[in-house]
Amino acid sequence: MTLAAEKTKHNALIAKARRVGALVKKEFRQMVRDPSSIAMGVVLPVILILLFGYGLSLDVKNVKVAVVLEAPSPDVTELASGFQLSPYFAAQFLTSMPQAQELLLDRGVDGIVLVRSDVARNMKLGDAQVQIVVNGTDANHARIVQGYAQGAIGQWAARRAAEGRAVNVGPVTVLDRIWFNNANDSHYFLVPGLIVLVMTLIGAFLTSMVMAREWERGTLEALFVTPVRVDEILLGKIIPYFAQGMVGLVLCLFAAKYLFHVPIRGSVWLLAITSMLYLLVALSIGLVISSLTKSQFVASQITLLATFLPAMMLSGFLFDLRSMPTAVRLLTYAMPARYYVALLQTLFLAGDVWGVVLPNAAVLTGMAISLLLLTRLVTQKKLA
Amino acid sequence: MFEAILRIIALTRKELLAVLKDPRARFSLLIPPILQCLIFGYAASYDLNDVPYAVLDQNQSAASHELLAGVDGSGVFHRVANLDSIEDLKTYIDEKRALLVIQIGQDFERRLRSGQPVDIQVIADGRNSNTAGTAIGYIGAIVSAFNADWRSSHGQPGLTVQIINRAWYNPNQETRWAMIPSLIGTLTMMQTLLLTAMSVAREREQGTFDQLLVTPFRPVEIMAGKALPCMLIGAAQATNVLLVAQLWFRIPFAGSLVTLYAGLILFLLAAVGIGLFISSIASTMQQATLYGFVAMMPFLLLSGLTTPISSMPKSVQYFTLINPLRYAIEIAQRVYLEGAGMGRLMPDLWPMAIIATVTLSAASWMFRHRLE
Amino acid sequence: MNTPVLVVRDIHKTFRRDTGEIVQALDGVSFQADRRTLTALVGPDGAGKTTLIRLACGLMTADKGELKVLDTDINLEPQQVQSRIGYMPQRFGLYEDLSVQENLDLYADLHGVTGEERKTRYPQLMEMTALEHFKDRLAGRLSGGMKQKLGLACALVRAPELLVLDEPTVGVDPLSRRELWEIILKLVHEQGLSVLLSTSYLDEAERCGHVVVLHNGKVLAQGRPEEVSKLAMGRTFLADPPAGQKARSLQARLLDDPNVTDAVPEGGQVRLVRKDEAVTVPGMVPTQARFEDGFMVLLRRTVGDRPVGGSMKVDHPPAGHGDEVVVEVHDLLRMFGKFTAVDHVNFDVRRGEIFGLLGPNGAGKTTTFRMLCGLLTVTGGTLKVAGADLRRAGASARQRIGYVAQKFSLYGQLSVAENLGFFASAYGLRGGRKRQRIEWALQQFELKSLARLPSGQLPGGFKQRLAMATSLLHEPETLFLDEPTSGADPLARREFWRRITALAEQGVTVIISTHFMEEAEYCDRVAIMDAGRVLAQGTPAEIRQRAKSEPRRQATMEDAFIAIVEESRRSTPADKARAGGAA
Repeated sequence: MTLAAEKTKHNALIAKARRVGALVKKEFRQMVRDPSSIAMGVVLPVILILLFGYGLSLDVKNVKVAVVLEAPSPDVTELASGFQLSPYFAAQFLTSMPQAQELLLDRGVDGIVLVRSDVARNMKLGDAQVQIVVNGTDANHARIVQGYAQGAIGQWAARRAAEGRAVNVGPVTVLDRIWFNNANDSHYFLVPGLIVLVMTLIGAFLTSMVMAREWERGTLEALFVTPVRVDEILLGKIIPYFAQGMVGLVLCLFAAKYLFHVPIRGSVWLLAITSMLYLLVALSIGLVISSLTKSQFVASQITLLATFLPAMMLSGFLFDLRSMPTAVRLLTYAMPARYYVALLQTLFLAGDVWGVVLPNAAVLTGMAISLLLLTRLVTQKKLA
Repeated sequence: MFEAILRIIALTRKELLAVLKDPRARFSLLIPPILQCLIFGYAASYDLNDVPYAVLDQNQSAASHELLAGVDGSGVFHRVANLDSIEDLKTYIDEKRALLVIQIGQDFERRLRSGQPVDIQVIADGRNSNTAGTAIGYIGAIVSAFNADWRSSHGQPGLTVQIINRAWYNPNQETRWAMIPSLIGTLTMMQTLLLTAMSVAREREQGTFDQLLVTPFRPVEIMAGKALPCMLIGAAQATNVLLVAQLWFRIPFAGSLVTLYAGLILFLLAAVGIGLFISSIASTMQQATLYGFVAMMPFLLLSGLTTPISSMPKSVQYFTLINPLRYAIEIAQRVYLEGAGMGRLMPDLWPMAIIATVTLSAASWMFRHRLE
Repeated sequence: MNTPVLVVRDIHKTFRRDTGEIVQALDGVSFQADRRTLTALVGPDGAGKTTLIRLACGLMTADKGELKVLDTDINLEPQQVQSRIGYMPQRFGLYEDLSVQENLDLYADLHGVTGEERKTRYPQLMEMTALEHFKDRLAGRLSGGMKQKLGLACALVRAPELLVLDEPTVGVDPLSRRELWEIILKLVHEQGLSVLLSTSYLDEAERCGHVVVLHNGKVLAQGRPEEVSKLAMGRTFLADPPAGQKARSLQARLLDDPNVTDAVPEGGQVRLVRKDEAVTVPGMVPTQARFEDGFMVLLRRTVGDRPVGGSMKVDHPPAGHGDEVVVEVHDLLRMFGKFTAVDHVNFDVRRGEIFGLLGPNGAGKTTTFRMLCGLLTVTGGTLKVAGADLRRAGASARQRIGYVAQKFSLYGQLSVAENLGFFASAYGLRGGRKRQRIEWALQQFELKSLARLPSGQLPGGFKQRLAMATSLLHEPETLFLDEPTSGADPLARREFWRRITALAEQGVTVIISTHFMEEAEYCDRVAIMDAGRVLAQGTPAEIRQRAKSEPRRQATMEDAFIAIVEESRRSTPADKARAGGAA
């Protein structure tokens, strides 16, 4: 290249950088001065953090049970006191089953432990039965209650065995350990889920509305008739909202570590890099939707349906993906949130497990690149 | 009075026409709820039916094989590997190749045969501790069954205490059965709230609101004329979800439709009241969408839909007392699955009535004072 | 280089509406624009002006035809063109949340105007637009006129080779219009800038070097403006109305005559363009033809000889005698926080009058109007419409007024019939009476064939008709019209005023706000507002007398308006200057 040509190229690059810088500056100013952007980008994440951290929990404590002892006896009383002492239960003691059933119907208790009058006798014969009745409407809750009840009974049996009065509850007992979350604190997995939602909100939802608004207000029209190129316009949108996403991420990490005491066992850099990848994916989706719809109302509806809802339902942070019907499971492979959730859960709770990090990060990278290309394709300097 | 009613009817007609004639509105009223119902219905389940697991069987005996056969045959677990060492165990769990690893010790069969208690180790991936706990629970049930079989076939001293589990209303213990009726309230609220919130904002943006205010309509009449069509649409959507639940998911309906719709109407009144309140403070559609969203988040998440209310901290539980969705979910579940009657539902009905009264009065006050 | 800046050859462009309808926006348009010339695309709404401009800027692609800008084919190299021209779209292209300075900086950066160049250019732009004192004000808080000027500055930030402006003066008051034109003309004559602009103001067309008259996507004529004016030469006259008759009554009569091409009230007289020599009015005097006259001749030729809308029959003319005061405004005050939007305004309107409220943007017209209609509360003073304060009197008082808003404010997705049906019910019309009134509306406004069409898809003029029809369903005694005729087809405007005249003749009181000064001629009395105060009140003749009269021509309302406003602003202390005040 001749010197003149090189200089031109150099100047062109500088001009390009200046244009992008101007657009980024404009976007930041608008972000700061427009209350609805702030609401979406700051207030909503904070609300979500508070809700997830303080409101949601899958841990079950203080389960209300009615322990029905039809005929008191020393053995039976001991069994019953096991329930009373357990921190998992808030037990009340009744003597008649119909009474307990009424309570269950009125949802005054979540479960009934029925110790029949013949239990004491049957224990000696080696054939006693204790019934646990739960309201199966909330199956998950019911299972947990059942599990706790069995545990309480198991402990009673162990106590008797220790005292030399062996009670067979079964030759084989299960000793379980839950790795990465010894305390069995549901926050450990709810909080990473929170991060996915916040990133999706800022990355996809906010961006799609903001871009669609420019289309609707007609400000893009004047912008198009200047030396600015499409990729510069896109960069002018991506950079500021990327920054806002990062701020959201820092807020969430802060809350996770210091408010909710969720451990961060992996490297924070990996966490940041994978989050950036997901953010890019989310941003591109938002931009594609807004370029195609050019209307705030439609853009918001579609973005909600296509990104936010799947992030909650189909990402695996709440509901196990493998247990979904095949058609739905196949659908989840197309959801970027799925890969991000796997990454977050591992990086937070397990550490730098490369066997999980590399494949998921690779998929996210691939998605980011193809979606960014799609955005470029779909956004044109044309009004109709 | 009569005139007022006629005017309200005219406004209701107009609203319904305007909404139903807009192809985009028609689309977003019909497709998303059905899609969401299907997705929620299929995806939102805490039940497990395909758990990959690995085994570190250091005993390799007939007994251990029998136990593991029970696991394999459960229909929930499928074995992905037989491990040789503890390191393998760690790798499998870390890399998510198995959700659960069962470790059986060397002396498993010996102790069993000699009548001594023995234990097995189950290690689960706690990155989703809820799933882990559920899986462990399943294993526990399988082990109990094994215990019973073993004792009866080997003539061991009888079981002193046997635990029998019974679950009312949902014998197969499917999460779906609770989830889908609760969607009747949830999806309806989401749509109704946003629709109502945007109803006035849209007229303001399009400029038709001024034209309306210049007519003899009183503010209260305008409010009623907006509330009514939104309630009708909400009821239609609830019916949609009900139909999907009955015809597609085939969940049997145990209660009375009258009771269900009575509760639904109260719920709609409450939801519409909130929406109208938002409507009166938002001046653009974007603001209406935003405020509606911000309002909906706490209502949705703190309703008992995905996480139980009893697990929430006390202060948050108090908040749920003013959340109409909480009551709607309870009512829907209890009528649908338990067949509960009006009597039993009173504790859920009167709070909603109060909420509805409060929100509608607040909305009407705002309407009168914020009409400029 | 003396090649034309724009060459358009046989351009076709169609659009597809949401409902599947095909609209032919441009149908075989050809023309060219020369360097150092001000070329104007002239025509009413829907003529195709904006489409053409957007095609020239590369914002759309034509279906057929050739378009070259600055010797570059716009289809092949749009970016080349976009980097060399300056463009201001109809909505100004400004970012409302950014200040004046920030908007300017943005465009400067985008156009690569930096450092030294910026230091010389900025003062030039500031001087041109007089925005120096408002550098830090948010663009969203500028008045309409100032926004135009800022938009212009942003388009000119890098001395482009061609300046393209899409309806730069629409909706802006006459003072700002005049200022903007002075700026543009100076740029063309002193700096040799090439300008292409579109406008629906026919008087502006006269000041251009080259006009292209568009109508329904076709070119009706092109050339120097004189060539269009020539078409009405020898046929244009000024006539005095007979004693005791208003100018508008004579005008109405003339308009109904199929042998008259056009008639408008002007300075107390009636300007008429006749088709046939048979048309005479005693005492009429031949006068020089204007561009608008020639334009009307062209239009009539194209559209045909339909008489302008029939006279309107009011079923139940309002009772009451001639001089009764129907609207009374006394010491009206409205504050928004510390800002005084309406500052102790006084006026009254008598029955059967057409009363006009004139003023620039931000004068307080709309605020006053809204208070009169009961849409806004009053901070101080009293106002009465037909004896009632609408804000408090409620439903029954509102039954007696009708209102037509500035923007089309009926329900776009509902059909014509459904809209009429709804508003009829809203006003308490039922059963037979309702049917009868809707029938009347469809008939009188010629909407019958369009009854099923969604109202949002009506052509511009018909939307206005529907709006007016809706406001008259319940036979109000008083009609409020807020800038009802912006940008419309001149034929549609004539028709609109014909109806208003007919209504007034039958006793309906009409209050109208506008900034079309020539429409003030239709009014019986007029109040001129600026900065929240009434500066002058009286008949058009009285107002005209306050104008600085130029030797050659008679003072027009516009001259008077500008004179009055300028005088008032000069005598107002600087800190109260709200020239850019209201949003």
